[in-house]
Amino acid sequence: MTVSSRPKLVLVGHGMVGQKFLEQLHAQSPDAFEVTVLCEEPRPAYDRVHLSSYFTGTTAEQLSLTPTDFFAGTGYTLNLGEGAATIDCAAKTITTTQGRTLSYDALVLATGSYPFVPPLPGKDRQHCLVYRTIEDLEAIAASAKQSKIGTVVGGGLLGLEAAKALKDLGLTTHVVEFAPRLMAVQIDDLGGRLLRRKIEQLGVTVHTQKNTKEIIDGETAHHRMVFADGGHLETDLILFSAGIRPRDELARASGLAMGERGGICIDNHCRTSDASVYAIGECALWEKKIYGLVAPGYQMAEIAAKAIAGDTATPFLGADMSTKLKLMGVDVASIGDAHAATPGALTYVYSDEVAGIYKKLVVSADSKTLLGAVLVGEAEDYGNLLQFALNAIPLAANPEDLILPTREGGAKKGLGVDLLPASATICSCNNVSKGALCSAIDAGNTSIGALKKCTKAGTTCGGCAPLVKQVLDAELKARGVTVNNFLCEHFAHSRQGMFHLIKMGSIKSFDEALIKHGSGRGCDICKPAVASILASVWNEHILMPKHQSIQDTNDYYLANLQKDGTYSVVPRIPGGEITPEKLIVIGEVGKKYGLYTKITGGQRIDLFGARVEQLPLIWKELVDAGFESGHAYGKSMRTVKSCVGSNWCRFGVQDSVGMAIKIEERYRGLRSPHKIKLAVSGCTRECAEAQSKDVGVIATEKGWNLYVSGNGGMKPRHASLLATDLDDATLVKFIDRYLMFYIRTADRLQRTSTWLDNLEGGIDYVKKVVCEDSLGIAAELEAEMQGLVDTYECEWKKAINDEETLKRFKHFVNSAEADANIQFVNERGQIKPRNALEKSTVGEPA
Amino acid sequence: MTENAQWTHVCALTDILPNTGVCAKVGQAQVAVFRIVSPQGAEEGVFALGNFEPKSQANVLSRGLVGDLGGVSVVASPVYKNHYALTTGACLEEETLRVPVFAVRVVEGAVLVGAQQ
Repeated sequence: MTVSSRPKLVLVGHGMVGQKFLEQLHAQSPDAFEVTVLCEEPRPAYDRVHLSSYFTGTTAEQLSLTPTDFFAGTGYTLNLGEGAATIDCAAKTITTTQGRTLSYDALVLATGSYPFVPPLPGKDRQHCLVYRTIEDLEAIAASAKQSKIGTVVGGGLLGLEAAKALKDLGLTTHVVEFAPRLMAVQIDDLGGRLLRRKIEQLGVTVHTQKNTKEIIDGETAHHRMVFADGGHLETDLILFSAGIRPRDELARASGLAMGERGGICIDNHCRTSDASVYAIGECALWEKKIYGLVAPGYQMAEIAAKAIAGDTATPFLGADMSTKLKLMGVDVASIGDAHAATPGALTYVYSDEVAGIYKKLVVSADSKTLLGAVLVGEAEDYGNLLQFALNAIPLAANPEDLILPTREGGAKKGLGVDLLPASATICSCNNVSKGALCSAIDAGNTSIGALKKCTKAGTTCGGCAPLVKQVLDAELKARGVTVNNFLCEHFAHSRQGMFHLIKMGSIKSFDEALIKHGSGRGCDICKPAVASILASVWNEHILMPKHQSIQDTNDYYLANLQKDGTYSVVPRIPGGEITPEKLIVIGEVGKKYGLYTKITGGQRIDLFGARVEQLPLIWKELVDAGFESGHAYGKSMRTVKSCVGSNWCRFGVQDSVGMAIKIEERYRGLRSPHKIKLAVSGCTRECAEAQSKDVGVIATEKGWNLYVSGNGGMKPRHASLLATDLDDATLVKFIDRYLMFYIRTADRLQRTSTWLDNLEGGIDYVKKVVCEDSLGIAAELEAEMQGLVDTYECEWKKAINDEETLKRFKHFVNSAEADANIQFVNERGQIKPRNALEKSTVGEPA
Repeated sequence: MTENAQWTHVCALTDILPNTGVCAKVGQAQVAVFRIVSPQGAEEGVFALGNFEPKSQANVLSRGLVGDLGGVSVVASPVYKNHYALTTGACLEEETLRVPVFAVRVVEGAVLVGAQQ
């Protein structure tokens, strides 16, 4: 045992606030105290805010807020399953529930609260439970197994959370509330009415103005709840969630000053009536107020840690009780003076009962300051409005614009984060200011992930996450993190600019473009980019001699270069539909040339290991059997994946294969800034995974839904819905326009997903251009695409019939020999490139 | 290179399209020969480097795109896009990588490759 001369600090309670206190204490004065923590629960601090996610698969480990090495790292001692039994303030000792006596120099009470259970007869019956700890959740889950109907007593914030939990457990769910509306504290009548309707739509029955008198045996269920108005409700499980009460019994017994209705009285530095004892979180009473949210608790934790370390510069001056949450999928937010209790306060109200949106602003008498707000059904504005209220930012002339939906063409409303002062609190849970975010960005945390990790902003309730992103974006912009999108050192133009110059200037070759608009000799960046533009604009055969020097090796040999200098061959299999005869041809060709064969993700077959001199021979056989180039080697339209569709599938509503073939044959050979992948699904089950494609088509009863700019790969993006229920002709028309618009305006090697994400106006803008022809270029785009469709040629068919082109398909200019460095070994019955170490060094100059 | 050096006739200059390369077999060596022509069409010379690209360990350099970076004439490896200076064989991105340079000249329309330099 080590004898310590350091002062002893005991923390009673290891919940969210207790853990925050320990982190703050360690940050303030790492080794100043010998710290002992008593935690009556069997596990260290976990996230109670997201407790209901426990029922949807989140594990206790994932809910944990205590880094596994926290106690080892700090040297603090955590005693799980051991609470405090008594405190002797005079002797400065504490007795634990295990009968141990600990002495302290400083004592911090973070005992939290307990769920209030109304004192009604029958409240202690079996299957009458509360909702606060993981153990409570386990009890609820066990009880739910023997229950069909579950009822929550209390329609407040926690009650609705609990109702969600019961719903998730598959119970028929009721909510019984004493007040006339749900969430009476946070929202008003109109908002409450909308919330109720939304929640009832989700299958939860809401009973308001019900005063439960007693709980007795039920006739059809475990219990019967008898109401004061004479009515009753049969239910199997009852969950009390009628508010919280401070866990103050320990403090009360030790003689500390208490509030009339409970709570341990604290001053502005979280000190109780005994100078050595502090109280923080939901057990503490400040100015006769108990704060039942985590953010004020975190603030108290920080202030107490500072006070104990001797820093009393920042007092606790109350906390903002604004809150935003998603209750059973319904966004609800409440800011500041939600009930317009401030004398002279005025309100703006926007209610859209059709869409299920209610918004209210409470402003000062001169309508210059935002005092509060209520948002139900849509709470995207929460972050902005909260900043207006917290920082008293002067409101513009028409405050109602802050809650009115944007009109077409209207400027983006709201508040630029640039306006916020550095002191503005962005994350109130973790008390992170804009200034703190900026410092973290300065320190190199320039991604959202890094910024969150460094500052903890947005990691508790997540309500401020969009705002954190806005601050990051604005700050990066302000720091001049702008990249010019010039093609390369040879062309001081973007790809879009080059596209325009080439088209308008009727430029037909790279040299011409270089002489007119560039400098130097070009490089491996600008040459293929210009080649792609020339192909998109003029559709001249990429094999033309004047274009040869600017084609990447894939386009030069019309095949995909592999790591060992061999190439792979991908015949087009439109829609993934192939006859057995054609399958046999591919098999025979693969066998004859000893190729490695693999099925691709795009529903075709890739044949690997072909040497340049073999390519025309292979393709001769494929073309003779009716195959065409699959353009797998190009920055071009690749494949249209499909599910089997209505011809065979019991669920299909349209012929997805037929449509996939139609689309693939239309856009085959199309050259573009980057590869383009498409898919068609025959019903909403989406077996073709169309929403991960550049263009995704999903059948509906009435036609086709068109999705765009999806991506799998490195940076997955779910496709955005462009238009719904299109007929065949309109579908093709819209795809024409969309693809051509992308080809015209995208950067080099920019997939449609990144293109859309970077496009000013985003999907709404594309919708206008494609579906409403807002730029008046739809006919032009369609005509351009039709021109490309009409001039399509199979590059391989052309190549194998042209003596001049065939000359390039040899390894040596002066010998018919093959490259001896290409060697294979066998694996799983097929070839693979021989490891460089195993190779003889033929061909490598000594 | 001396006047006595062995010269191998590999192909006609016109067998190499402007601003592309070919691979020639010179003894047991594979040599990438590039023909550089200005955008206006003026011949600016032929260059010869080893065809073996050390980063990919494959005989592919003749299939790279030629151009210039910061005024240095280069060829880009078609595999990993690293660049080699046509005159020195030095890799611009990785100091440790280098390909051999071969003597090369055009005599009466014929491309002749000489010794490794």
